[in-house]
Amino acid sequence: MSESRVWRFHSDVDTDQIIASQYLLLPTIEEMKGHTFETLSADFAKEARPGDLVVADENFGCGSSREQAPSVLKALGIKAVIAKSFARIFYRNSINIGLPVVVCKDLYDHVEDGGKADLDLSAGTVTVDGQTFSCTKLPEYMQNILNAGGLIAFLNKED
Amino acid sequence: MGMTIGEKIIARAAGVDVVKPNDIHTVTLDRMMSNDGTTHLTVDMYNTQLQNPSVADPDKVVFIMDHNIPADSPKTAQAHKKMRNFAREHGIKCYEGQGVCHQIMLEDYVCPGELIFGADSHTTSYGALGAFGTGVGCTDFLYAMTTGTSWVMVPETIRFNLHGQLRPGVYPRDLILTIIGDIGANGANYKIMEFAGDGAHNLSINDRMVLCNLTVEAGAKAGIVEPDQKVVDYCKSRGREAVHMFKSDEDAEYTAIYEYDLSKIEPVVVRPDFVDNFALREDVEKEHIPVDQVFIGSCNNGRIDDLRAAADVLRGRQVAPTVRLLVAPASQEVYLDAIREGIITDLMEAGAMIMNTNCSVCWGSCQGVVGENEVLVSTGTRNFKGRSGAASSKVYLASAATCAACAVAGYICGPDAL
Repeated sequence: MSESRVWRFHSDVDTDQIIASQYLLLPTIEEMKGHTFETLSADFAKEARPGDLVVADENFGCGSSREQAPSVLKALGIKAVIAKSFARIFYRNSINIGLPVVVCKDLYDHVEDGGKADLDLSAGTVTVDGQTFSCTKLPEYMQNILNAGGLIAFLNKED
Repeated sequence: MGMTIGEKIIARAAGVDVVKPNDIHTVTLDRMMSNDGTTHLTVDMYNTQLQNPSVADPDKVVFIMDHNIPADSPKTAQAHKKMRNFAREHGIKCYEGQGVCHQIMLEDYVCPGELIFGADSHTTSYGALGAFGTGVGCTDFLYAMTTGTSWVMVPETIRFNLHGQLRPGVYPRDLILTIIGDIGANGANYKIMEFAGDGAHNLSINDRMVLCNLTVEAGAKAGIVEPDQKVVDYCKSRGREAVHMFKSDEDAEYTAIYEYDLSKIEPVVVRPDFVDNFALREDVEKEHIPVDQVFIGSCNNGRIDDLRAAADVLRGRQVAPTVRLLVAPASQEVYLDAIREGIITDLMEAGAMIMNTNCSVCWGSCQGVVGENEVLVSTGTRNFKGRSGAASSKVYLASAATCAACAVAGYICGPDAL
């Protein structure tokens, strides 16, 4: 058991809220990550710790294709994003960079912001207050990319 | 079982006869586009993370600087330099200041039946010419540029049968904002939005671009208008040949079919902070919401038709003293056409600031950002919180004609209120 702190967000969180346009041309993700969720949470970038979970309602990551959005979350050490559903580009980008994205219809309604949850990625379950919820499995092809550590590691392995 | 247009395009790119939704296929891409929003990161990954770095086919790759052009800071200039140098080194065509990436792609590259990856969400625009364009991140782009291939999961398709014609004063932008309002911001998530019917064929290529461009705001992986003679003619006029003119089979399967009578579409004003926050303009008008800035431009609504519509409202009138009107033509070609037609003169005499061709206010960096609590009415693609400046600012979306009227009146209204 390793419980993670939950950062809980509403539905339709768009990529501009995850990382705003004005920071996207900074030279590195390291320089961008301090601005993560700047418009939604004054504390997130300062207080998020490696192993924390981002939990959201429907359609997380809608909007632009900026890969900087999942990249800043990964750079802050976020263990996974668990949402009722994801917008497709964010979902695919996350897998490509090796950030676990987990579809779970039940977690959002059973956990509070600042609460604790235990995500078991290999089992595909998440536990809150003794209640265990199952998560949707990734198609095998995408799981293989994630297991390799992302698409570039996958490509280097192919080569 | 028959296939939809999108399925046929994926089957062609995968080199197979039949595909069906949720299958995963390896595909050969016809073209790849990347802009200055992410290319500096792609180049860094190329240089530091690949075991065998190479560009599979430089002729299929296009770089376009449009988001922060010209550079607004030394850091941006450095990002541009990285992109420019990489393009030169690898023989990749690099546009710098000629226009917004999707407009350039439409003018210079896209052909029907092609499968195109663009490192920008509004790559869905290419469906205007019967192509499958989809937005990807820079890692996907890097993989595609290096191998010439990628993988796709075949999406399901939603069909929109359009009938008749839009009434005067109602624009394709009102139509697509109505559709997004109806189906919601994730109403087409992972899916293809396919447009057909006599109403679709009545629309010009530019009009179709407006539709397909915004399909991503409903979550769509691609938006495609059934290609017809107008597509053939457009390609021919630009020295390109329309080869793969796919149409959906009679027995193709859709997850939903919608019917739209275009004559019933009304002018729309979308409220902050989501693109599906639909409202009728006549309802918003009653609230007399004061406006600080108006923007006309972007890959959605910065073409010659939009500038003409704006000029028709602004000609002989003045922008209200409390309003800033910013106009950014979508490409140099559009800009030059507008100069030749006298539109730029009309806009400037009315008090507009004409910007260079770039993403401008729609992208919320580089130029024209709005301050705390200011109200922007925009022809841009999105109205997310802080999209065009301060987090407390409010962005309303409307057609170019409505935007022009707001600039004159100083509050949100249509041309009839002037």
